[in-house]
Amino acid sequence: MSTETTPIVEINGVSKRFGSFAAVDNVTLSIGQGEFFALLGPSGCGKTTLLRMLAGLELPTEGRLIIDGQDMSGVPANQRPVNMVFQSYAVFPHMSVLDNVGYGLKVSGVQRPEIRERAQEALALVKLGDFGQRMPDQLSGGQRQRVALARALVKRPKVLLLDEPLSALDAKLREQMRLELVNLQETVGITFVIVTHDQDEALSMASRIAVMEAGQVRQLAPPAELYEFPKTRFVADFIGSVNMFEGRVEAVEKDVIRLACPGLERPIEVEQTDTPPVGATAWAALRPEKIEISKEPPSDPTENATPGRIEEITYLGEVSIYHVRVSEALPLVKVAMANVDRVTRRPFTWEDEVYLSWTRQCGVVLDR
Amino acid sequence: MEDWRRTPLVFWVTSLPPTLWLVVFFLIPLALVWVMSFGELDGLIDIKITGTLANYARALDPLYLEVFGKSLVFAGFTTVISLLVGFPVALAIVFASPRWRPILLLLVILPFWTNLLIRTYALIAVLRVRGFANFSLEWLWDQGNTVLALMGLGSYQLLGDRFEPLELLYNNTAVVIGLVYVHMPFMILPLYAALERLDRSLIEAALDLGASQFRAFLTVVVPLALPGIISGGILVFIPALGSFLTPDLLGGTDSQMIANVIERQFKGANDWPFGAALSFLLMYLTFAALTVRALVNRRAERRGGA
Ligand SMILES: Nc1ncnc2c1ncn2[C@@H]1O[C@H](COP(=O)(O)OP(=O)(O)OP(=O)(O)O)[C@@H](O)[C@H]1O
Ligand SMILES: [Mg+2]
Repeated sequence: MSTETTPIVEINGVSKRFGSFAAVDNVTLSIGQGEFFALLGPSGCGKTTLLRMLAGLELPTEGRLIIDGQDMSGVPANQRPVNMVFQSYAVFPHMSVLDNVGYGLKVSGVQRPEIRERAQEALALVKLGDFGQRMPDQLSGGQRQRVALARALVKRPKVLLLDEPLSALDAKLREQMRLELVNLQETVGITFVIVTHDQDEALSMASRIAVMEAGQVRQLAPPAELYEFPKTRFVADFIGSVNMFEGRVEAVEKDVIRLACPGLERPIEVEQTDTPPVGATAWAALRPEKIEISKEPPSDPTENATPGRIEEITYLGEVSIYHVRVSEALPLVKVAMANVDRVTRRPFTWEDEVYLSWTRQCGVVLDR
Repeated sequence: MEDWRRTPLVFWVTSLPPTLWLVVFFLIPLALVWVMSFGELDGLIDIKITGTLANYARALDPLYLEVFGKSLVFAGFTTVISLLVGFPVALAIVFASPRWRPILLLLVILPFWTNLLIRTYALIAVLRVRGFANFSLEWLWDQGNTVLALMGLGSYQLLGDRFEPLELLYNNTAVVIGLVYVHMPFMILPLYAALERLDRSLIEAALDLGASQFRAFLTVVVPLALPGIISGGILVFIPALGSFLTPDLLGGTDSQMIANVIERQFKGANDWPFGAALSFLLMYLTFAALTVRALVNRRAERRGGA
């Protein structure tokens, strides 16, 4: 689906300043036709502001926005080929569900019978076909969200903007709605731009993700690439859980970096094409599920290994996180292990002396 | 914690004084006036309660009906004008920056800190023939003439050969201006309260869906501000209907409102029974207005509007 053909949205050096504070700071990116694009970042990093600029609800201080080949400067919100699903849904409380969905058509001068028909169609699309006569206060949060979705879709926008559409839902419903959103996007074929601060949401739905921090895009990549090959410590830390080892690059041979880390007996070895210079300070980022725990040291000498002692075990249902002390100088290392067996038959327990091992293909070395 | 709510003793001790107050100083006098409205004058001061309906019959005389009608028209105009002027003001306050909002609200209620009489006399100073309003107009007239003279049109007297001050005082217009001025805060404050609660993203959603600013205002802001509009309307309409100081001071001979007539019955004419009957008719009118509000509110509720 990540067909990066003609870009439908081009964001060109766009900044938004409130006073001297830059909420969005020189962002440049383009979104392809039919993409499911996610803006991901911590609270206050400027995601909503960027989305609102696309919708025309906020004007950029600098830069240009192009949607469907048309420069958006000077085009007011009510004339842009985009529609938005608001974080609070913004469903009109004084109109029935059907009137809510038909609103956009009504103000565009569409005839009554057609409004009815298209609104009903949009409601069916979000599985609310029988709810047209209800008032919004007679709906659950998830249903209200779908009304907002239908209302935004009914006008067949070029781009649908969604501002944290699932944040008000409970975990179960959220997971279900994620799937429904993805299916819906495939059905209607409209480009979706979704804002979220939930990394699972972005990873599971988006074709590409832009990770933002302090108004800037730190990395833009498909989910798997973002997870496996983060470019900065911020991205590595923000997406998923990570163990970070600070060290100095000792040697680079045939795309294998050796990173000497104070506190570890052996340098960490990582296979990587794009390497920082020898002597530089760098960080090895290692996902908890890529580390293996064993009673014996690994047989393969090329594998990274270090002894340690289990200090803490956190039970999370499908996995348990083992917190392992490898050195007094380093924070505890997190290791995730699937709970294949019942908890009572865990292979390791508190205070066990164990070995941690991981291959050279795991993890990345970052210099920022 | 909330046990005291259920203790009968506490309930009685706390609710008795206000209840007594209401009964002694409001309900009993009101009942006396009501009874009086069915009485007749007996000599100069004495009133005999005869159960007659003559006072009400007299009140329905076209002469008084016209005054009632005029009062309704004045109050109606006052309400509509207050709404038309007050709505933009309330909107402006809601959309003002948080730093300015309390200051603007203070400006709205500032007139309350001055006695009504003083404010009304001040309005006379503004509206009279040699008042500020006419001074300003005259100044504009002068400027206009200067400009025309500069354009070489000075000799044609395009703006008239002399400035004619407007007759702004002692007529119906003056009464409505005065009523609007006095009651404006009662309109602005409930409107502000309603608009303040309005979720901004609803307006943005309307714009996003393609509505013009005006369309969004009509279809989203106004319906959601309806409770505020109704409250403001009632708060302006009822006191305006019963006002007597403003028409007394600003009005001409034919701009008397019903309250002026009532006042005359109790004072100059010394016909308390008739005054009482008129008072109660005014009160019934007021109740009618409140009933209308209740009905509209109920309908709004049924439609799910907040
Ligand atoms: N109208 C405004 N005036 C001043 N500052 C603003 C305004 N709107 C947003 N900001 C600031 O801009 C920054 C970015 O805000 P934005 O709403 O885009 O964050 P966000 O990434 O959507 O965060 P969240 O995940 O919490 O919704 C914040 O620090 C916010 O305080
Ligand atoms: Mg936000």
